[in-house]
Amino acid sequence: MELIWQGIREAFGLIFGFDAEVWRISLLSLRISGTATFISLFLGVSAGTALALTRFPGRRLLVSLVNTGMGLPPVVVGLFVSISLWRNGPLGVLGLLYTPTAMIIAQSVIATPIVTGISLAAIQQLPPKLRLQILALGATRWQMVRLLLREARLPLLAAVMAGFGGVISEVGASIMVGGNIKGSTRVLTTATVMETGRGNFDIAIALSVILLLLTFAVNYLLTRIQQAERPR
Amino acid sequence: MSAVAPILEVRGIRIRRGGEDVLNLPHLAVAPGETLSLIGPNGAGKSTLLLGLSGIEQPCAGELLFRGERVPAGAAALAYRRRVAMVFQEPLLFDTTVFGNVAAGLKLRSLPQAEIARRATESLDRFKVRHLADRSARTLSGGEAQRVSLARALAVAPEILLLDEPFAALDPPAREELLEDLAHTLHATGTTTVFATHDRTEAQRIADRVAVLDCGRLRQIGTAEDVLRRPVDSFVAAFVGVENLLPVRLMASGAGGAFAAVLGAGGALEGGTTTGCVFFEIGGAAPGMLLGSEGLLCIRPEDVLVAAPGDRRGSSLNQLQGTVASVVAQGPFLKVSIDCGMRIVAAVSGHVARAISVEPGSAVTIALRPADLYVIPRG
Amino acid sequence: MMRKMKFVLSAGILVFNALMLPPQYVFAADDTSIILATTTSTQDTGLLDLLVPAFEKQSGLMVKTIAVGSGQAMTMGQRGEADVLLVHSPEAEVKFMAEGCGTARRLVMHNDFVIVGPAADPARIKGIKGIKGSVDALKAIAAGGGPFISRGDNSGTHTKEKGLWKTAGIVAEGQAWYQQTGLGMGATLNVASEKGFYTLADRGTYLAMKKILALEILFEGEKSLLNVYHVIEVSQAKWPKVNAAGAKAFADFMVADATQKVIGGFGVDKYGAPLFFPDAGKAE
Repeated sequence: MELIWQGIREAFGLIFGFDAEVWRISLLSLRISGTATFISLFLGVSAGTALALTRFPGRRLLVSLVNTGMGLPPVVVGLFVSISLWRNGPLGVLGLLYTPTAMIIAQSVIATPIVTGISLAAIQQLPPKLRLQILALGATRWQMVRLLLREARLPLLAAVMAGFGGVISEVGASIMVGGNIKGSTRVLTTATVMETGRGNFDIAIALSVILLLLTFAVNYLLTRIQQAERPR
Repeated sequence: MSAVAPILEVRGIRIRRGGEDVLNLPHLAVAPGETLSLIGPNGAGKSTLLLGLSGIEQPCAGELLFRGERVPAGAAALAYRRRVAMVFQEPLLFDTTVFGNVAAGLKLRSLPQAEIARRATESLDRFKVRHLADRSARTLSGGEAQRVSLARALAVAPEILLLDEPFAALDPPAREELLEDLAHTLHATGTTTVFATHDRTEAQRIADRVAVLDCGRLRQIGTAEDVLRRPVDSFVAAFVGVENLLPVRLMASGAGGAFAAVLGAGGALEGGTTTGCVFFEIGGAAPGMLLGSEGLLCIRPEDVLVAAPGDRRGSSLNQLQGTVASVVAQGPFLKVSIDCGMRIVAAVSGHVARAISVEPGSAVTIALRPADLYVIPRG
Repeated sequence: MMRKMKFVLSAGILVFNALMLPPQYVFAADDTSIILATTTSTQDTGLLDLLVPAFEKQSGLMVKTIAVGSGQAMTMGQRGEADVLLVHSPEAEVKFMAEGCGTARRLVMHNDFVIVGPAADPARIKGIKGIKGSVDALKAIAAGGGPFISRGDNSGTHTKEKGLWKTAGIVAEGQAWYQQTGLGMGATLNVASEKGFYTLADRGTYLAMKKILALEILFEGEKSLLNVYHVIEVSQAKWPKVNAAGAKAFADFMVADATQKVIGGFGVDKYGAPLFFPDAGKAE
C-alpha cells in the first residue's frame, strides 16, 4: 500500500517536475494511440455503417468476422504484424519494424474491428424506417448517412472510446513491433513492463498512474463531446 | 373526373419483394390538389405504393410520371424526391429540438438560414406546436410528435404529400384534432395528398377519392360515395362495411325500376314463378349485370330503418317484419341482428333504441329505401 | 457547425501527427540505423543506456536496441533481422559462427554468475568451497528440494544454468522443486525474492536490483560461473539487408579503448563494485 502511495507521489513529481523522459514517453503514447484511434475511427465507422445499411451475399459471415475481431488478442496481432514487417518478410521493404508507424499499424488493426462492431450495432439499433424518413425529406444518399451517424452519435462515440481504451492500454503488440526502444518507440505501457522487470516498482507505479490519468483525461474530453448538445 | 392533366400518374408499375408481386398497378392517376385515400387490409400494398410514389422505392417495371414527365430512377430521382414529402405511422423524429426537426428538411436543401427559420416557424404555427420549439423531441407525447412530423414534412412545401397511416398510433381525441388541422392546412395550401389508412371514416372525411387495394392490386377507385355505396365486388363491399350481402336474382319489373328476388328465404323460384319470394325494389345494379343473373344485394347497416311493429311507412319503401335475434353495442351504435326470413344486421342509434324496444326477441319492422340497395356480381 | 469543427479538428490532429514524426521515426532507412539484438540482462543493468547514446552521437547512426533473451537474439541474427548481436551464450555463439551466420565475433567483457537464494539458506550452500563447488552447491539444492527457479527462456543465463545441471549430473527439469518463469533476469529475480527460491543470476543484474531483493549471494567465484559477452556482426552474405557497415562500427566501438574504460567503471559509484570487466583483445 505504501508502495502505491509512493508511486502516486512519484508520478506527480515526474509530471510537474517536467521529467523529460516521462513527458516524451507520455506524449508518444498519446500520439501513437491517438493516431491509431483516428485511423480506426475512419475505417471502422465507414465499414460499420456500410455493413449496417447494405445487403450482399456473405454479409453475415463478414459480420461474424468483425465480431470475432473485436476480441482479437493484441499479442496475436503483434506477432503477425511483426512477422509481416520483418526485413525479410513480405512488407520488409518498407523498413517499418521497430518504428512508431509499426505500432500505429498494429494498434489500428487491434482497434478497427472494435470500432466497426460497435458502429454496426449503433446503426442497426436505429428505427428501421428512419432511413426511409430521411430520404423522404429529400436527402441525398450521403446526407442520409450523415444524419444517421448523427442520430447514432452516442454509441458511436462510445465506439471511439472503446477503440482508444483498447490501444492505449495495449502492451504485447507494442513491444513486439516497437521494440521498446528508448527515445523512439518506448511508450507508457512498454516502459511500465520494463521498469517492473527491472524491479523499479516505484517508477512502474508512477508510469501506471500517469497512464490512468491520461486515459481519464481523453475519455473525459470525449464524454463531454458525446453528452453535449442534448437539449432538455 | 375533370379534364385537368394529372399531377401524378402511375403506368404499369410492378414491385416485387422476395420473388413475389407486392404491387401490380396498371394505371393510377392523381389530380392536382386532390386528396386520395388508399384503403385496404394489411399487406395490400398501400405502403409499397406510397414508397413507389415517393421515388424511394424503385419499381421493377413501369413508370411514374410527375406533371407528365417521367421520374428517373436512382440518384437522378433526387429532384423529384425533393418535391415530395412523406410521413409515416411513427413520428421518426431526430434527436434534437422540435425546431431542429422541423427545419431538417429545409437544411437538406441548403437554404439560407433566415429562410429556414421563417418557413420552419410558419410550419410550427400551422400545426400549433410553436410553443414546443425548444423542447427535445424525445420528450413529446405521441400526438405532439406526430404533429411535429407533419410540420417537418410540410415545411419543405412539397407538391405532393404522402402519408402512411399517420393517425393509426394516436388516441381518438388526438386523432380528431390532428385530422382537423391537417385537412385545414391541405385545403389552404392546395397540396396534393395521397394517404393510406385502415380507417374508412378518415377516408370519408377528408378524401376526394378513395382507392381500394388488395394483394397489390387496385380493386376500385372513386369517390367515397361510389366506393361505399356502389362497391365493385364482394371483397370491396365487405371491406367498406357492407355487412349485409344477400344472395338475390336480378329481376325486371313492369312499371320500371329494378327488382331483386331474395334467394333461399322461403318460397322458391321454379320455372319462372316467384311465389312466396321476398322482392326488394333496388336502386341499381353493377354495370354489365344481366337480368335473371344471380348476385349479391348490398345493404349497409346504417341504411336499415328499424321501427316498432305497428309503425307504418311510405309504400315506396321495402318493408319486412322481423324479430330481434341479438344486440351488440358498437361505439355510438347498437348492432342489431334481425331475423326476418333472412338475417339482416342493422345499426341502430341510441335515440331509436330508446324509442322502440330492441331486446332479443322483440318484434320490429324493417324499412329499406330502394336508393340504398345495390346489387353486385356474385363471387 | 460543431460537427464541422470536430471533423477539422480530427483531420488536423492526424496531419499534425504525421508531420511531427521525423522521417527516421517513420521509415528506418537501411544505412542510417542498425538493429542491435541483445539480452535483457545487459539492458536491465543500464549499461546500454550509457553506451548506446555515446555511439549514436559518435557515429550518427540510430541504434534500435531490442532486448530479448540470447536465444531470440541469435535467432534474429540467423534470420537477418538484426545487424549486430551482443550476447553471452558461448556454445550457441560458436554454433552460430560455424553456420556462417556471423562475419566476426569479438570478446567485449565479462561478469560472472552467482547463485542467490534466501538468507535462511535451507539447502546450506553458503560456505561451500572448492573447484567443483558449483556442482556441490547444486547437488545440495537438489537434495534439499530447492526450491529453484530458472529463467527457462533459452537466454545466455538459462543456457549456462542448464550446463551446470548437466555437469552436476542432475536432471532438474520436471522435478517438483524446479520451476521456470520464461521471463527476463530482473523479473525472475523478483519472483525468486518474493517466493524465497534459489536462482542463478548474473552479478550485474543482481547488484542493480539488490536494494529491493530479499536474496543474498550464496555461491560465487568459480571459473565455470564466468559470463562472457561477445559482440557478433551478422553476415550480410546471407541476408543482403543487413547493415554490415553499421554493425562493424558498433562492434569496433564496443572494443575500443575508451568504451572499454567506461565499461570498467560502470556501476562503481552506484553499487560499490563494477558490474562488468572489460576484456577486449584478450585471449578467450
